[in-house]
Amino acid sequence: MSQLTGAQAIVSCLLEEGVTTIFGYPGGAVIDLYDELMNSEKLEHILVRHEQAAVHAADGYARVTGKVGVALLTSGPGATNGVTGIATAYMDSIPVVILTGQVPTPLIGNDAFQEVDIVGITRPCTKHNYLVGSKDELVQTLREAFHVARTGRPGPVLVDLPKNIINGLITYEPPQPIKMDSYQPNTEPHPGQIGKACRMIMEARKPVLYVGGGVILANGHEELAELATKLDIPVTMTLMGLGAFPGNHPLSMGMLGMHGTYTANMAVAKCDLLISVGARFDDRVTGNLESFAPHAKIIHIDIDPTSISKNVHVDVPIVADCKRGLEAMNTWFNNQQDISVAQEKGKHQQWFDKIKTWSDAHPLGYIDDNDSSIKPQYVVEMLDKLTGGDAIITTEVGQHQMWAAQFYKFKLPRHFLTSGGLGTMGYGLPAAIGAKIAMPEKTVIDVAGDGSIQMNIQELATARQYNTAVKIAILNNKYLGMVRQWQELFYDKRYASTGMDVAPDFVELAKAYGAVGLRAKTKDEVVPVIKEALATDNTVVMDFNIIREEGVFPMVPAGKANTEMLLV
Amino acid sequence: MKHTLSVLLQNKPGVLSRVTGLFSGRGFNIESLCVAETIDPTVSRLTLVTSGDESIIEQITKQLHKLIDVIKVMDTSEGVYVEREMVLIRMKADAQTRAEVLRIIDIFRGKVVDVGQKSYAVEVTGSASKIQAVIDILRPIGIKEIVRTGTVAISRAGMSK
Ligand SMILES: Cc1ncc(C[n+]2csc(CCOP(=O)(O)OP(=O)(O)O)c2C)c(N)n1
Ligand SMILES: [Mg+2]
Repeated sequence: MSQLTGAQAIVSCLLEEGVTTIFGYPGGAVIDLYDELMNSEKLEHILVRHEQAAVHAADGYARVTGKVGVALLTSGPGATNGVTGIATAYMDSIPVVILTGQVPTPLIGNDAFQEVDIVGITRPCTKHNYLVGSKDELVQTLREAFHVARTGRPGPVLVDLPKNIINGLITYEPPQPIKMDSYQPNTEPHPGQIGKACRMIMEARKPVLYVGGGVILANGHEELAELATKLDIPVTMTLMGLGAFPGNHPLSMGMLGMHGTYTANMAVAKCDLLISVGARFDDRVTGNLESFAPHAKIIHIDIDPTSISKNVHVDVPIVADCKRGLEAMNTWFNNQQDISVAQEKGKHQQWFDKIKTWSDAHPLGYIDDNDSSIKPQYVVEMLDKLTGGDAIITTEVGQHQMWAAQFYKFKLPRHFLTSGGLGTMGYGLPAAIGAKIAMPEKTVIDVAGDGSIQMNIQELATARQYNTAVKIAILNNKYLGMVRQWQELFYDKRYASTGMDVAPDFVELAKAYGAVGLRAKTKDEVVPVIKEALATDNTVVMDFNIIREEGVFPMVPAGKANTEMLLV
Repeated sequence: MKHTLSVLLQNKPGVLSRVTGLFSGRGFNIESLCVAETIDPTVSRLTLVTSGDESIIEQITKQLHKLIDVIKVMDTSEGVYVEREMVLIRMKADAQTRAEVLRIIDIFRGKVVDVGQKSYAVEVTGSASKIQAVIDILRPIGIKEIVRTGTVAISRAGMSK
């Protein structure tokens, strides 16, 4: 037990949690905490250029490491600037702790300078949040915040810190095990349900594994691979699930849903058993609910009971950590002495033949015009090839995001960082910075759109300041391309406000920040530009002048059945 | 169908708004809601009446559980609970109607809690359907104001955990 200032106690708590890096932006309410940070050699603070980016960077850091990311923001506008980042992390279940400064306790509620009710504002977009009401609660609250953020279904937790509490003297007690009466997430699968599910798998002739981000969050990719290969079950992944199973594996059917592969969508439509693991039947995945997996029994493993039977009736619900659930299934199969694995595998042969007819008929692809113009898909293919398919790819939101998802063959989990749930333009660059800081030895590329990149372009300065050699590949169509695509297909080509008629010269802009700018105007310049970018030990902006009106296909029009895909 | 949910919560600031925010944010409806401290001052009980089919009630229950400050959620519509609600009604009560009001209140085992020149305030306690019945019967005589508490519920003897 020792006497510390609130600021010292906060730093001690962060160190206790194993935090080494925090992303933030200072201001009056947190100035004392910043002052204290200068005394700590073990905590590196990354000064971003906008608070939204602090939260995205902490989020990116969390996605690649699996650790809790930390962001530090000042009160009022600092906190509100962070809200988009918080909502982004919330929708994708990313463990982040956000510390916000607050006006001194006696002033709360008085419309004090830079006062905002950030706990009220973020209530619906955090897993949980706290206003530290007294200095005695400070340490316990911080410990709970980390515990809540990382356990169960992970998510962002905000802790609002009044200035007088940061300044106050407190008694610091060494950590004890966290005990919260009202929060005890269940991670262990029910054995009876596992048995039921496994028997169902054995009876199935046309099974599909439908895998989401939950598998990645739970680090369950090895268990998934074991189950899929042991029983020869084809796998499809959601946007958030990419990397949970190797995209180049023969059992992989790629992504499903609105921009999923023909094969994956057809397989789900025709399967007799859908084994959903860590996915939540999002509308971008299911399309019209009535025609989603209409012939299938459904098994659903998820840590969050509210995700089960929310949109689609589930026959065998299994509330569990995805890794533990998959492990239990593998164990069940391993213990069945009378099951011949080979025989099990043989049962799916007709199903594989059927799947092959789909993938032969409509493989994922694009039309190569055989001229000098640059197809965006080609750029992503070259990025995949030249990085050996194991770079960390972040994205913004739009067509480029979908091309990255479709054409980069992710082999590993925690290598694809994208705002799946909220769809936040401006996510990719700060997330890439967070990822690169966590994993300096990895190649980190933000596949960006010309529209989105401008939403957090100021972070080029952050990248430069900390020598984070992230690469930005702008698939520049001079359009808000995804919206333009909808207008082309469903609004009679009325391109209302989707032309980016005035845009900066991205190469010159990169230079203005002290980064490197490269441009490819023709197809034959694509590979040299990527090679040069990868060989450059600096932040690099690549401006690919792609053909402007390319579409993302397949596409399931909103509200339609997944089998009603528009094809290339 | 109507369901009464009895929810134990941490007695902390902001907890009620987490619950109401959940209902408004997800489009669930609240017909009535009561909150007060339990015998343990660190715990509050919230009783709320909502409606929806089985899957909606299941989703509501799970979503409530998911709130970090929620300790327990019980559906009291499952039969082993006694439910009560109280209503205060200000009635027109002049020379012609006074006796009639008193008679009706008596039948419902209610009582007069305030008397004015031209009005009575009466109090009636009972199940939600009894409250509705007394309101329906008094309405033609002339109701000036109604204040209802919303339902509260307690488990029957031997059924509590
Ligand atoms: C913050 C935010 N605002 C608006 C949108 C809606 N939106 C989705 S995609 C898109 C276009 C993105 O354009 P760009 O970044 O150039 O990508 P492209 O589709 O052209 O590849 C827009 C405006 C969004 N997702 N996020
Ligand atoms: Mg664009």
